[in-house]
Amino acid sequence: MLLWSRTSRAVVLAVFGLLVVVVVVAPLATVLLAAVAGRWTGALPSDLTGGHLAEALNPDGMASLLVSVQTALLAGVASVIVGSWAALAAASAPGPVRRLTLGLCHLPIAVPSVVVGLGLLIAFNRPPLVLGGTQWIVILAHAVLVLAFTVSTVTAGLDRLDPAYEQAARSLGASEARVLLRVRLPLLLPSLAAATGLAVALSMGELGATIMVYPPSWRTLPVTIFALSDRGDAFLASASTVVLLAVTALLLFALSRIRSRAALR
Amino acid sequence: MTTLIADRPPAGPSAQRPALRLPVAVWVIPPLAMVLGFVGWPMVAVLGESVRDGDGALSLSSWSTVLTSSEFLGALGRTAQVAIGSTLGTLLLGSFLALVLAFVPFPGAGLVARLIDTVLALPSFLITLAFTFLYGSAGVLQALITSVAGPGARLPPILTSPLGVILAEITFFTPFVVRPLLAALSVLPREQLEVAASLGAGPLRVLRTVVLPEVLPALAAGGSLVLLLTLNEFGIVLFTGAKDVVTLPVLIYTRGVVSLDLPSAAVVATAQVVLSLLLYTAYRFGIARLRTESATSDPGEGASHAAVVAHQ
Repeated sequence: MLLWSRTSRAVVLAVFGLLVVVVVVAPLATVLLAAVAGRWTGALPSDLTGGHLAEALNPDGMASLLVSVQTALLAGVASVIVGSWAALAAASAPGPVRRLTLGLCHLPIAVPSVVVGLGLLIAFNRPPLVLGGTQWIVILAHAVLVLAFTVSTVTAGLDRLDPAYEQAARSLGASEARVLLRVRLPLLLPSLAAATGLAVALSMGELGATIMVYPPSWRTLPVTIFALSDRGDAFLASASTVVLLAVTALLLFALSRIRSRAALR
Repeated sequence: MTTLIADRPPAGPSAQRPALRLPVAVWVIPPLAMVLGFVGWPMVAVLGESVRDGDGALSLSSWSTVLTSSEFLGALGRTAQVAIGSTLGTLLLGSFLALVLAFVPFPGAGLVARLIDTVLALPSFLITLAFTFLYGSAGVLQALITSVAGPGARLPPILTSPLGVILAEITFFTPFVVRPLLAALSVLPREQLEVAASLGAGPLRVLRTVVLPEVLPALAAGGSLVLLLTLNEFGIVLFTGAKDVVTLPVLIYTRGVVSLDLPSAAVVATAQVVLSLLLYTAYRFGIARLRTESATSDPGEGASHAAVVAHQ
């Protein structure tokens, strides 16, 4: 539209294509290829093998993967429960309370995740609540980090909700609790499902806060990938990254199936 | 008139559903208590830890030691350099990509836009992993250089340099600029461009005088989000593993976990939080202005927000 001549169009598109390949395609393709490469000394990988992927799924890697999946699901569910409660409560709370609640929920995404981790490490390594050294501090860190997204997803869903339904329910004499359980929450189900999916996806790839708080007995897959990369095993690190992406995609697919089931009801 | 006024329900907050006063408080307090305890309290604990000496007494000794240490000042400078360099790079690259996607139609444009969105959902350390194979001393680029210029030609060791980190962050964060920019460009009236062009304005002039003023808020929103994210970025720098690229988040990690010096990690963390919150406030303020200025266009904030956590 801006470029009227054939040559200038071709030049711009060529530069565009090159940039997209370098910036978007190459990194993704490289990790996928490295996961199945036996050697990579030239321009292209050689000795293609499934060995790294198999090794990524050995008992050690499998344990990390399971830790990641459990952390993501538990943190996702916890943050959706607290996040939607906070979003619903904030909507009916007086101004200052609303701003304080929503502001605190958004705080973890404005500061580096390592700071969130450091804060939890300091705050929960002493009474009244000692979580340090257990898996709960990792799960708590993930739940805190994804809270902002569940709160904003549910708040956006609330904004789109047609108030006519709850008004009708109230005018027919339904109590506030009944309106919430029978009208508002069912109408919010798509938002809650979307929030869960988002939370799980983000939690699966989290590194900064986890590396600050994790005990040796609860090592998530990204931390394992860092250990592999740090000792120079880039092929195995790539294979584990591919496993991480594949399992995340599977989890999201499963969650979207549950969501469409819920929509059918 | 009087009947009309009398028919209205009594105004003022005191009269609104007084029966619900207690349940609302009971309903609002638990989530507030939880975020205060699990989000607010750890932040306060960081501040508290930073002003404690070895015996647990109040002291500013950690602050004075850390703030004057060359390690902290070096990390501060490096963080600013990497963040500003990456932000400028993503703005340039992101603007070009978004402009081509919006104004130079070609088959497969939709696919490319979706591909760019995919990057938003990836963990950031993937980029560093890929860079080792692409631009490392035994990587693809080195192999290409050798095959063209002979075995003597060596690639400079950019991978572990600040420039390498900046390039990795540009690669990773460009979608955060493309997203809001594409949204702003998609609501730009095409007629304006065509009128300007038919009156004889060249493409660059159309861009500068017609397009730029319209998309400036989106560009500012995307740019300040990327500045915040690159300031806070941890995975890319950690995976690079370079001794001379130490940013504030990496310093917090090495002080807190590697050398177990919690008070000085807390000082660095507090300094970083102040910096990040200032930027975040500016970003939210910018977004709010953007919303009121163009209520019809979605600046893509939610979408770009979506990937923030995973990439730190």
